[in-house]
Amino acid sequence: MGLAKRIIPCLDVDAGRVVKGVKFVDIRDAGDPVEVARRYNEEGADEITFLDITASSDDRETIVHVVEDVASEVFIPLTVGGGIRVVDDIRRMLNAGADKVAINTAAVFNPEFVREAAESFGSQCIVVAIDAKRVSADDEPLRWEIFTHGGRKPTGIDVIEWAKKMADFGAGEILLTSMDRDGTKIGFDNDLTLAISTAVPIPVIASGGVGDLQHLVEGVTKGGADAVLAASIFHFAEYSIGEAKQYMADAGIEMRL
Amino acid sequence: MEKIVIVDYSLGNLRSVSKAVEHVATDAEVVVSDDARVIHDADRVVFPGQGAARDCMAAISDHHVERAVREAAASKPFLGICMGLQVLMDHSEENGGTDLLGMMPGKVQHFSGDFKGDNGLPLKIPHMGWSQVEHAIDHPLWRGIADHSRFYFVHSYFVVPEESDLIAATTEYGERFTCAIARDNLFAVQFHPEKSADDGLQLLKNFVNWKL
Repeated sequence: MGLAKRIIPCLDVDAGRVVKGVKFVDIRDAGDPVEVARRYNEEGADEITFLDITASSDDRETIVHVVEDVASEVFIPLTVGGGIRVVDDIRRMLNAGADKVAINTAAVFNPEFVREAAESFGSQCIVVAIDAKRVSADDEPLRWEIFTHGGRKPTGIDVIEWAKKMADFGAGEILLTSMDRDGTKIGFDNDLTLAISTAVPIPVIASGGVGDLQHLVEGVTKGGADAVLAASIFHFAEYSIGEAKQYMADAGIEMRL
Repeated sequence: MEKIVIVDYSLGNLRSVSKAVEHVATDAEVVVSDDARVIHDADRVVFPGQGAARDCMAAISDHHVERAVREAAASKPFLGICMGLQVLMDHSEENGGTDLLGMMPGKVQHFSGDFKGDNGLPLKIPHMGWSQVEHAIDHPLWRGIADHSRFYFVHSYFVVPEESDLIAATTEYGERFTCAIARDNLFAVQFHPEKSADDGLQLLKNFVNWKL
């Protein structure tokens, strides 16, 4: 027996509140990140990721309090992404109780930031988030490019080359989101996940497109992912994390049950 | 009231460790400190740590905590976590070779990277995630924790003790390695009990209640 594959529920947080609705019948306040995190922990989540989508800079500090509150009660690894731009942002999140931060756009605009972050805090807490979009035509070899601004702006950067570079710069993990699949519920882009997973020596988290439990299985069996991240299928209580883990285990995947 | 001190030498984030210890030590005062006197006066000492071996040794020296840590490790319930396990050994391969505290005979080495996972891909390094911990001995700190329970790991190096009677548990990641050592008042683990959900909290609780 070796390492279990991880299931990571992702919560979007806006000004300190969980958004995109979380539907648990027996939860008092579905917008409270602490209640939701506690619930996911009880269900057996292997980690929790918070994505801070707060637009107003006035409210940016609230995510720090969210992390503090959650970290005081939930004792599994916590990752925070969104708005991580300078070393001081990382320090604040780690001091608040986060275990890892996810760097996305800032890495694209300033790759040296990833190197600096890894040297300052250790690779184990630096996740590089990559938003990838397929740019090859149907009759061409598969190729993906990095996109920024929620998938709207192409950068011309090849995803595989980028992932390798980020690993070289000291990233400890890659959070890989398919912008083509995000929100579609038709499954991960497993070709993309496999391409990255075979290209880098660090763990890869597959994200974007999960609609059912078989998609989680395929992220691992077809995509070679080390962890799978999903939001809506857990938020809307379509499946509990416990059900998802059991389903994956029944499919022959090593899980923490 | 008992005082539990978490040794702070400015390496990494101690908030998770202190919160988790506070969570289980309801009748004790939990203090994060780099003050040698505070460590000396503690009833129990938790010695965490993360990052690179050389930085870790430099920070221990900068904070003048070495003597206090040595004294605590020799005399009172002492729990090392992650780098707090590794630095107890003699020597690490990390950073081109780093001398450690030399309190436990053995070395620290890197995962070879020669192993493949279930999917045929090379095993990822760092070893990051939940692995099964196989008890090598019966110990008060394993109380209430089933053998082969999973704990959360994040590391690229592991300890190789010279004396097999130091081994309290092993785990497997490509190769089998020692993930916990125990001797007298000392217990040290490679995994992160503060991030290992209920079993991790149980281990911390066992430490808090450990009677020598």
